[in-house]
Amino acid sequence: MKELRLMKGNEAFAEAAIRAGADGYFGYPITPQSEVMEYLMAEKPEDRTGMVVLQAESEVAAINMVYGGAACGKRVLTSSSSPGISLKQEGISYIAGAELPCVILNVVRGGPGLGTIQPSQSDYFQATKGGGHGDYKLIVLAPSSVQEMADFAGLGFDLAFKYRNPVMILSDGAIGQMMEKVMLDEQRPRLTEEEIVKNTPWATTGKTKDRERNIVTSLDLDSAKQELHNHALQAKYREIEKNETRYEAIQCEDAEYLIVAYGTSARISQKAVDILRAKGIKAGLLRLITLFPFPTEVISKLADQVKGILTVEMSAGQMIEDVKLSVGCRVKVEHFGRMGGIIPSPAEVVDAMHNKIIGG
Amino acid sequence: MAEITKEEIRQPENLIYKKTDLLTDKALSYCPGCGHGTAHRIVMEVLEEMGIQDKTIGIAPVGCSVLAYEFMNIDMQQAAHGRAPAVATAVKRLNPDKFVFTYQGDGDLAAIGTAETIHACNRGENIVIIFVNNGIYGMTGGQMAPTTLPGMKSSTSPYGRDVHTMGNPLKITELIAQLPGTIYVTRQAVHTPANVRKTKKAVRKAFENQKLKKGLSFVEIVSNCNSGWKMTPRQANEWMVEHMFPFYPLGDIKVND
Amino acid sequence: MAKVKGDIVIDIEKCKGCEVCIPACPNDVIALSKNVNGKGYNYAETINDECIGCANCAIVCPDGVITVYRKKVE
Repeated sequence: MKELRLMKGNEAFAEAAIRAGADGYFGYPITPQSEVMEYLMAEKPEDRTGMVVLQAESEVAAINMVYGGAACGKRVLTSSSSPGISLKQEGISYIAGAELPCVILNVVRGGPGLGTIQPSQSDYFQATKGGGHGDYKLIVLAPSSVQEMADFAGLGFDLAFKYRNPVMILSDGAIGQMMEKVMLDEQRPRLTEEEIVKNTPWATTGKTKDRERNIVTSLDLDSAKQELHNHALQAKYREIEKNETRYEAIQCEDAEYLIVAYGTSARISQKAVDILRAKGIKAGLLRLITLFPFPTEVISKLADQVKGILTVEMSAGQMIEDVKLSVGCRVKVEHFGRMGGIIPSPAEVVDAMHNKIIGG
Repeated sequence: MAEITKEEIRQPENLIYKKTDLLTDKALSYCPGCGHGTAHRIVMEVLEEMGIQDKTIGIAPVGCSVLAYEFMNIDMQQAAHGRAPAVATAVKRLNPDKFVFTYQGDGDLAAIGTAETIHACNRGENIVIIFVNNGIYGMTGGQMAPTTLPGMKSSTSPYGRDVHTMGNPLKITELIAQLPGTIYVTRQAVHTPANVRKTKKAVRKAFENQKLKKGLSFVEIVSNCNSGWKMTPRQANEWMVEHMFPFYPLGDIKVND
Repeated sequence: MAKVKGDIVIDIEKCKGCEVCIPACPNDVIALSKNVNGKGYNYAETINDECIGCANCAIVCPDGVITVYRKKVE
């Protein structure tokens, strides 16, 4: 049954994964997301649902465990934070190439390198542009609350299996660590062996006499076939763009000035919009929920309506490139952000709107 | 004694040996005389004899045997370089009633995948690891491997492996035999009929161990690479006996029954 | 006294002429042909009738191209 609880974002994600009927979690500790595996280990999901939880020897091993589990048609996931996600990129590329469904949580911290353990949004490029080698896309969901940390576990699995594609939940250290109330979904049953054979006929479940063997691979040495495979992947990504774009438009109907943001930055920006409105400035916020697919169309439409756009990111400005591609040169687009693990204040965002857009 | 014709001998009731149906009809991509083909066949014969084709999931590596799934008529996954033991770990944990094995070469298992190998062995994952060691990187064109012998020439040790600058060959099989998670560790070869029979017994024992949920079984097969070693197949087998076997002696290293 | 007669069938198109079967045969039944197959390999062929069907050649053949028959004759 549904249940209202006060939880950390990381814990809510872990609990929601159990309730989403996950078959396995494979991870490696790293701040600020270690609560995910700590919660799972304490919760003993093996007893609750039969879900397997394993602490791997590295992020590299963990993502390859996800590959193996996903290739069997199982609902598997991993979580990490920025340096660990970098280590997983090889495996993620293989998962995308072999078209395997899985959920990967990145609780982003400041970089580059070992960086800091404080929240950041500087992994946007890595998450939305592929990250590893080859032409591929992840479906990228950006939670901005503990509730969405929970909701996106189940949504992530649904999208991953619908499109046979890895889903990344691009969170940050603030969303992962903060406590909020969260309404947890009721327990979904884990899929039975028969359901897996039926739902994912491509999975390696053991070659029975009634079918050809199933092979999960990202390799095809025949260039012509590899190109066809790439065309098929691109067609899938266009289909995802058509069907799955998600965003929240807050006070955008009459907005003259627009903020585009996601995650923690969107929470800050929502307060900034309130301050600007109180000053008589018609500001609005477009909060992005999917970063791939990117809400190009709605931004393009709003560009015809507003006088300027401010993107707010905890980075040197990464998402702004996609906003600019959506807008062209029709209106001014500027970036405001903090780096190194610092969360901007609403007042800073208001100042940036004044200095860079309204007065700029 | 009456003369008997070949046609009379070649009757189904007289059939003694033919290639197992668990190998596909596709011609193997390996070089003439390469031990990979024999190793593939042994594993498939064991699965056939145990009647577990429909319960087995194999993990192919990166290296010459990357295309193992083209030849083994079972469900298979192709793993990233060195990661097969991690992949197999999850497959087995999530499917404890299935039979799971990895098939890896020396570069995959003992260089880039050392961590995955050691930790899967140390956790005692209930899987089988088939390790084909020919002391060289075959697929990429004969470069030095972690198992290349001292003084042995390869394309990246063209004057012979200098252990002072290039390090020593790694006896990873002896190393993993030390780990409490391994139940059966053995080193075999496939260049003669007698060795093939012994290797098959070892592979059978490994899969029987998995059936009994005993833990991790590790079968190394010391093999040849006539292309990489730049010899004829028969010379390569002779060289292997003369040089590889003294450094990598055949036989059981650990048997916990 | 019962005696066994054997025979082998070699899939010459899949044979790569590696010769690993040749030293495995106790009766020197196999040799490489002077002819080549479609892939250009000299393939293994039988050169006498001394085969006893021991299957040694087949089990060391890396490419699994040898099928073995054995019959008891009085």
